[in-house]
Amino acid sequence: MQALHGVSLAVAEGEIATVLGANGAGKTTTLRAVSNTVRRDGVVRFDGRVLSRHGPEAVANLGIAHVPEGRGTFAELTVWENLRLGAYSRRGSVKSDFERVLTYFPWIDDRRNQQAGTLSGGEQQMLALARAFMQRPRLLLLDEPSLGLAPVLVTEIFRIIRELNEQEGLTVLVVEQNAHIALQVAQTAFVLEVGRVVLSGPSADLQAHESVRRSYLGY
Amino acid sequence: MEIARRIRIRERRTRNIGGGVSVPVVLFLVAAAIFLVVGSLVSPIFAQQTVAGLAQGAIFASLALSLVLIYRATEVINFAQGEMAMATTYFAYQLTLWHLSYWAAFFLTLLMAFVFGAVVQVALIRPVQHSVIAVVIITVGLFVLIDGLVTWKWGADLKFMPAPFGNQVYHVGSVAFSRQDLGTLLVTILSVLLLWVLFKFTKLGLAMRAAALRPASAALVGVRVNRMLAIGWGLAAVLGAVAGLMTEPTVFLQPTMMQAVLLYAFAAAVLGGLESPAGAVIGGLALGVFLNLIGQYVGFATSELRLPIAFAVLLVVLLVKPHGLFGRKQVRRV
Amino acid sequence: MSRRLIVAIVVLLVAAAVVVLLPFQLDGYHEGLAAKVAIFFIAVLGLNILTGYTGQISIGHGAFMAIGGYTTAVMSHYHHTNLLLTLPLAFVIAFGFGVIVGIPALRFSGVYLALATFALAVSVPQFALKFSKFLGGSNGIQTFTTPTHLWLYVVSWSCAGILFLVAWLVLRGRTGRAFRSIRDSEIAAAASGVTLPIYKTLAFGISAAFAGVAGSLFVLATNGFAQPNEFGVFLSLELLVGAAVAGLGSLWGVLIGAIFIALLPTVSADVPLIGSAHGQDVVFGLIVIGVMLVLPTGFAGLLHRLRSLPGIRTAEGED
Repeated sequence: MQALHGVSLAVAEGEIATVLGANGAGKTTTLRAVSNTVRRDGVVRFDGRVLSRHGPEAVANLGIAHVPEGRGTFAELTVWENLRLGAYSRRGSVKSDFERVLTYFPWIDDRRNQQAGTLSGGEQQMLALARAFMQRPRLLLLDEPSLGLAPVLVTEIFRIIRELNEQEGLTVLVVEQNAHIALQVAQTAFVLEVGRVVLSGPSADLQAHESVRRSYLGY
Repeated sequence: MEIARRIRIRERRTRNIGGGVSVPVVLFLVAAAIFLVVGSLVSPIFAQQTVAGLAQGAIFASLALSLVLIYRATEVINFAQGEMAMATTYFAYQLTLWHLSYWAAFFLTLLMAFVFGAVVQVALIRPVQHSVIAVVIITVGLFVLIDGLVTWKWGADLKFMPAPFGNQVYHVGSVAFSRQDLGTLLVTILSVLLLWVLFKFTKLGLAMRAAALRPASAALVGVRVNRMLAIGWGLAAVLGAVAGLMTEPTVFLQPTMMQAVLLYAFAAAVLGGLESPAGAVIGGLALGVFLNLIGQYVGFATSELRLPIAFAVLLVVLLVKPHGLFGRKQVRRV
Repeated sequence: MSRRLIVAIVVLLVAAAVVVLLPFQLDGYHEGLAAKVAIFFIAVLGLNILTGYTGQISIGHGAFMAIGGYTTAVMSHYHHTNLLLTLPLAFVIAFGFGVIVGIPALRFSGVYLALATFALAVSVPQFALKFSKFLGGSNGIQTFTTPTHLWLYVVSWSCAGILFLVAWLVLRGRTGRAFRSIRDSEIAAAASGVTLPIYKTLAFGISAAFAGVAGSLFVLATNGFAQPNEFGVFLSLELLVGAAVAGLGSLWGVLIGAIFIALLPTVSADVPLIGSAHGQDVVFGLIVIGVMLVLPTGFAGLLHRLRSLPGIRTAEGED
């Protein structure tokens, strides 16, 4: 079943870009297409190179970390094991990475041996970010990080995302239903409708845009 | 509405039990262990049957562990596990015919078993891994194929390998323990321990667990899921080889040597909970001891009924705990 | 009348004609083989109703065959019952057993159910060994009279025809819809008012009954002997192979599945290279593996794929 009908996105290095759209517009599929979780036609260029179509493992090893819908947490494993898995494709010592993770998520230190599935929603989302960070990716793909979280947690998550972008130089492509916060944090935005990009540009412009305000910002 | 509510309640109840181990089960097992120790101290026959039962159970446990490994990774029961174990034992036999020492043959066989298991997964299972029934049927076909090939190459008559642990019998008081039984127990416990270390402490083990639990998420962190599955089958074949090599001293080498063991291993694996390696081991040991003691002390339980009794126990346990002693309803997520 | 129904009737008439005319061409030995196909047809049909239509996996149908077979043997041996009369008796008794098994089976699902039924397949023959005085032990018991090959052929194929009709009628009606909905999603089925316990147990009963009749005929086909080792684990596995080759969830492949398991051992016995007994195993194993690699959805799956080729498109319906 074809979900996307010609999606063209460009994300500059070091920026945060967001993809907005209603349910079923194809936002999740877009991310899956990049990480090779689903089959795609078309070209994905990363850092000048064309990505092969063969499997998510290859994409992960090239420095793209995808936090999927539902967070992809290994609920049956411990917090620590989840982080170790994040570092799976890295060579050499990951101790320093782990210490950096703790600076963003200090609560993890006390909960290392807790089963990841018993964490709260907000904690699982943070664990997912931490796991992705352990991959030391160049590009972070985030699928609806705000899903199911209380507003105060959403603000916190996006604060961390912005910090990761600014401090670590992580390029982020975040797909979001919560257009408010996404447009605040991102520099560039794309709007997807029925599998097509209908609008794109700097977020400030889109925030002021008539139809965006009506459909996605509610005023 | 009603059903949605019932599903949610069931989910909540299963979520907070860590590792599928529940207190009543642990208490029951501790009580059983105490019973065995006390009985052994009181009666030498009891002790003998218990130790022999443990050794038999260790073999069940080894093969059961193979089944669990494969089930966890691919949600399939490998009906050919016993025959694969048998074939690798014949391979060891051939090596001894070529003048290798027993233990050299043993370890070389383990290596070869690993390759065998991995090749089977890649060549026969991977192409149809989306269809559970197709995979099951293929393992059935493999069962028959291996049986035919082995009988063709080596014949159906009994063959004998050198005894790995010698034939000595130790005496503690009036209880006689065979060196073979003790050796079997040791080898099995060792292999289980090594496996545990692999899964708990190594990167590879973690990747294998991740690939079995959530293949899609594992792929996203760079785990080559297919490769992990092949390795899983390889390790399962190694465990099977250990089971086969430890069975040979008692029933000797014949094409049908592992068929009954496979059935007991099924019972043990399900008893322990198909997704729990610890369960497979405890299930196997418990089954071995139980069958021996029942056979000794209950007159009605003659040898023809050993197998039905094993399965009757299994069915009773399943009625009380539908997912085995250590199992829990796993919601397979992607 | 829909095109599919017309095609179905034509195929059935042709098949019936072949079946009726065949004995005039065959000698006794081959009549026996043809009867064997009918026997496996009935058994695989039964298994398909359970596994293919309600999704309850059984690797234990050999046990139900054993029950039917021993019913016939015992009734004929001790009471000289007319052989033909033992067939409906086997049907009913096996049905009863199927229901008895089906009730606790409600607790299990998926692979646990498969293994529980496997336990059944392993255990039932052992009971024949245990109660050897009454049931003949490992030598088995024999019926009072043994039928001719022609009798066997006629009766087997008649039963096959009758039971196929029964299966078709049951499956196209409300029961069949209930079965299919259970296979697709038990939760959804329950939510739309299907009383799961009744239908699931009913499926077990019907499926066991079919296997029971097949078992009776099976005993009659093996010189009237009911022996434990004839009903061992391998029989149940054979039935499962037959059902998989047939393609689960469809009645049309069942004949192919039955032919496969009935004739393959005989065909592969004449393999030149490897000695006969083992050659049979090697060939059987290779072919089973090969068929599954090429056609994982069985013959019915192949038919389905052929039907959806452009130009042969007909209205999509249920089998």
